[in-house]
Parts: sequence; C-alpha cells; structure tokens
Amino acid sequence: MSNETPLWEVFIRPRNGLSHKHCGSLHAADEVLALQAARDTYTRRGEGVSIWVVPSKAIFASDPDQAAENFEPGVDKVYRHPTFYDIPEEVGHM
Amino acid sequence: MYSQGLIGADGATEETEEFLAKFQARIDREEKIEPNDAMPNGYRKTLVRQIGQHAHSEIVGMLPEGNWITRAPSLRRKAALLAKVQDEGGHGLYLYSAAETLGVTREQMTEELLSGKAKYSSIFNYPTPTWADIGTIGWLVDGAAIMNQIPLCRCSYGPYARAMIRVCKEESFHQRQGYEILISLCNGTEEQKQMAQDSINRWWWPSLMMFGPHDAESSHSEQSMKWKIKRFSNDELRQKFIDATVPQAEYLGLTVPDPELKWNPEKNGGKGGYDHGEIDWDEFWRVVKGHGKMNRDRIKDRKKAWDDGAWVREAALAHAEKRAARQTQHAAE
Repeated sequence: MSNETPLWEVFIRPRNGLSHKHCGSLHAADEVLALQAARDTYTRRGEGVSIWVVPSKAIFASDPDQAAENFEPGVDKVYRHPTFYDIPEEVGHM
Repeated sequence: MYSQGLIGADGATEETEEFLAKFQARIDREEKIEPNDAMPNGYRKTLVRQIGQHAHSEIVGMLPEGNWITRAPSLRRKAALLAKVQDEGGHGLYLYSAAETLGVTREQMTEELLSGKAKYSSIFNYPTPTWADIGTIGWLVDGAAIMNQIPLCRCSYGPYARAMIRVCKEESFHQRQGYEILISLCNGTEEQKQMAQDSINRWWWPSLMMFGPHDAESSHSEQSMKWKIKRFSNDELRQKFIDATVPQAEYLGLTVPDPELKWNPEKNGGKGGYDHGEIDWDEFWRVVKGHGKMNRDRIKDRKKAWDDGAWVREAALAHAEKRAARQTQHAAE
C-alpha cells in the first residue's frame, strides 16, 4: 500500500489572465517529479504557461447522488436573473 | 459592490529602474499579471488596499439592505432582496480570495476592517429609513458600482479581473430590481411617489461621490492608470454615470436634486452630456474619515457579527480536529 506512487491532479493555465483548468492526472513520487511529469505530458504543444499539481487525495468531491438536492434549488429561483424584472424598453439598457 | 478610488493608497516602489521598466512593458503589452509573477511592491500594495476596500464594501454593503429583508412589502420583493444581499456576501468572498493571492491573510483584512484601519465605500454610511431607499440603492448605488466594475474586468491583475467578471455577471439583476421597485412607487399613490423623490434627494450626491475625488485631487490615480489597474479616471466614470442615469430619473418622473444640472450638447466631444453642480467634498471627506451618520453603527454591527460567530468557528475547528484524530486512530488500528 505505502509503496504505491501517489496520484496527482494537473491544472494548466493556458495563458495569463485565465484560470488554471483541470486537464488530467498522473502518478509521481513527490511534487517535484509531478511538476516535471506534468510539463512533459500536458504542455508539449504550448498548452500553457503555468502548472498546478494537487495530490488527488486532497480533492473532495460532492456526492453525485446528492446532485438534485444540491443544485436543483438554483434552477427555480428565477428572481436571481435580470430578465425576471420588468424594465420598459424606453428606459434602455440596464 | 464597489471600492472607493484608493483612499490613501501609497504606490511607492523601491525596485530598480530596469525592473520597473520591464514590468511596465508587460502591462503595456496587455499581459495579465498572475500571483507568482514578479511585481513592484507598490503594485502589490495598491492592489491589496483596493481589493481589500472593495471586499469590505461588499460585506458592509449587506447591512443597509439587510435592514429591510424582514419588512419587504411582498414575497416577490423579499425573495429578490434576500437573493441580492446573498450575492453581496458572495462578492465579498471572491474579492477577499483575490486579495489573498497577493499574500495578505483573511484575518489581517478582517482585523483592519473591524479596527477601522481599512476603509470601505462611503456610500454605506448613509441610513436606509424608507422602503424607497432599497429601490434607490439598487438603481443608483449598484448602477454606480457597475459603471466602476465593468472596466475592472480588464484590470491587469488576473485574479481581480476574474473576480470582477463573476461579480458583474451576477450584479446585472441588482440594478433592475431596484429600478422596478421605483417604477412601482412612482406609479403608486402621491405619498409613494413622494417617498421615491425623498429617497433620490438623499442618495443622488452620495452616489456621485462613490467615484472618488476629482481627478486633480486623486493623487494615486495616475499610477493606477499606468499600471492598468484602473482604465478610466474618477471623473470620466462619474460623467458616464450621470449621462446614463438622468434619463432614467426622467422616465420615473423624479427630479435629480441638482439645480445646475443641464444638457450640454458640446460635451463628450460633441456627443452631448450633462453639466452638473459642484459636489460637496467636505461631506465626502467627513464620511470617509468616520463621521458619517452610520459609520459607528456599521462597524459595531460587523464587530458584533464577528464576535457572535466566534463560537461557531471555534466549534467547527474543534470538530474537524476530533474527526482527524479519530481517522488517524482508525488507520493505526
């Protein structure tokens, strides 16, 4: 068990101004090797200018079985959207 | 919602000419600066202050409106106001996070707000005695904030720009819900219309002050423009706001409380715009320096919320420690 090489999630920033985006994962013994492997694997064709590696075990995900209770309440709250409010056309863009 | 144009910011830098020139060249090429990039001390300090003030404004800005949630006149209005105030809390979080990428801690920022060291937008130091104020805040205060925040989406500092894009997207309903409240009041009884007029009378000038001092008085503006933290000057944004807002007041049948307000066809390079009366800068500085009607109450309320929440934060940490200890024990067994 302890001899397994840890799994890392790789995030790449395509260019300054954009967020790092998840692009995949890889196995590496530590963060130094993980960064090198990520560079060699995920940025061979100018995909990015910055890399983050995060131990996969440090990532906690929401439960897919709870997707409905988590996210559906956002759908029926139409008053969170600008189109819910009646602004006469004469007033112009607001 | 908005951070006041850099009150007391100090853009001083000590780096070599060569370093500064290289940095400026990156800015001039419209490259975004990201957290791990080398940046002048002054750039970092200016951003920490501006983003911090902006974040504090979002959080303190929840108070004058939160005041009306339980008294909103209908379920529709209550749901909208609740959603708006909830948004403002989220905006505060996006901004605190952006500031944290510059090396300042959340605790430091909270402490600076509660001790009165950090500023927030002076607009939130005015009281909200009537329901019409909720309409006026959405229309004028959020309207002014949007005017200021849209150019910030192109700010040279990546994390701030990205936070602003998210904020602007969410903010678009805030102004409309406010204006809708005012349309209802202005189509209501004479008394309701009076209430709307009284509200614009009180909020018009403070809204104009949200853009910060005149360009000539705003000593750090120039450096911020050079670094492309700011894209337009205070006076330019203020003028845009006035030109966009006066016709909206006319549609409501309300009067803007400025006898000197006049259409000037020569303005804005011949496109026309409004001339306006002089802003009472003594009032502005009084409020900024802590002597507005609500400064003390706002900080008192924030302090109370922070202190009252202390046991919840402590309990959550204690619980997390216990769980971690239990897991280590399980793993050892």
